[in-house]
Amino acid sequence: MDKQAFLAAIRSALEGLPQSDIDKTLDFYSEMIDDRMEEGLTEAEAVAAMGPPEEIAEQILLDTPLPKLVKRRVRPSRALRAGEIVLLVLGAPVWLPVLLALVVVVLSLFLALWTVILCLYAVVLALAVSGVAGIVGSIVHIFAGDALACLLVFGGGLVCLGAGVLLFFAFSGAAAGVARFSRHMWRAVKSWFIQKGDIA
Amino acid sequence: MDIQLKRGLLDVCVLAAIRHQDSYGYQIIKDLSPYVTVSESTLYPILRRLETAELLTVRSVAHNGRLRKYYRITQAGQDRLDAFAEEWKEIMAIYQFVVREETDHG
Repeated sequence: MDKQAFLAAIRSALEGLPQSDIDKTLDFYSEMIDDRMEEGLTEAEAVAAMGPPEEIAEQILLDTPLPKLVKRRVRPSRALRAGEIVLLVLGAPVWLPVLLALVVVVLSLFLALWTVILCLYAVVLALAVSGVAGIVGSIVHIFAGDALACLLVFGGGLVCLGAGVLLFFAFSGAAAGVARFSRHMWRAVKSWFIQKGDIA
Repeated sequence: MDIQLKRGLLDVCVLAAIRHQDSYGYQIIKDLSPYVTVSESTLYPILRRLETAELLTVRSVAHNGRLRKYYRITQAGQDRLDAFAEEWKEIMAIYQFVVREETDHG
């Protein structure tokens, strides 16, 4: 493959992205190939050193923010005919709610996950506050001269504090897991907008 | 190696490659090659990410009748490298501890 064909393959795989993004990418790979050729490689060798253009394009698409990907996907490859526009508008009551529902489902999944994490931390906070309150409260009982109540409140406070500390570590682990899962989900959502057909 | 860790390390490697002198894509790859293999398709997203984060700036310089992009580290980029060095002092101390444990039991 020569340099022109290589760059053309990347260009067509990235079609639909903002022109400035495509130009930047092509400039970068063009410079890389030229630099290698200056070192004595032939054009074909320099191009081969870059790797397959399909993989390069896929890497770039996965690194592109979601809104840009959606725009690229939604942009039609040719001008719409009048009939198609009429159909789109008439069909809006059908496809618009379906699309919105999909978006809302994905958002609520994220939200639900993070709400659980928020609740877990609320439990930890509650335990910590009760623990401190119990210990402080036991001092009050000392002054009241009620030794039994003092011990009871003090012990309760310690149990709460201890449980709070232990649960904090357990829940932080859970939060890290959810964060990892969210990242995977986000990547999956993005890959919906990168069809294999685009890149091949 | 863990992907997030490697990603973070490569960002820092690229910054380190331009720390003392402005450099261009192919030179960065060659400078890093004794330590870590970076391909063009790996380097490109890193450079864009670092540029967006304003850890480096880009300028075009004429070279042999074409343009070559040179990358310069910013103050924020320098700070990022300093922060990395500080963090890794701690990590290296932990590493020493872990390795010592292993030899004690082995």
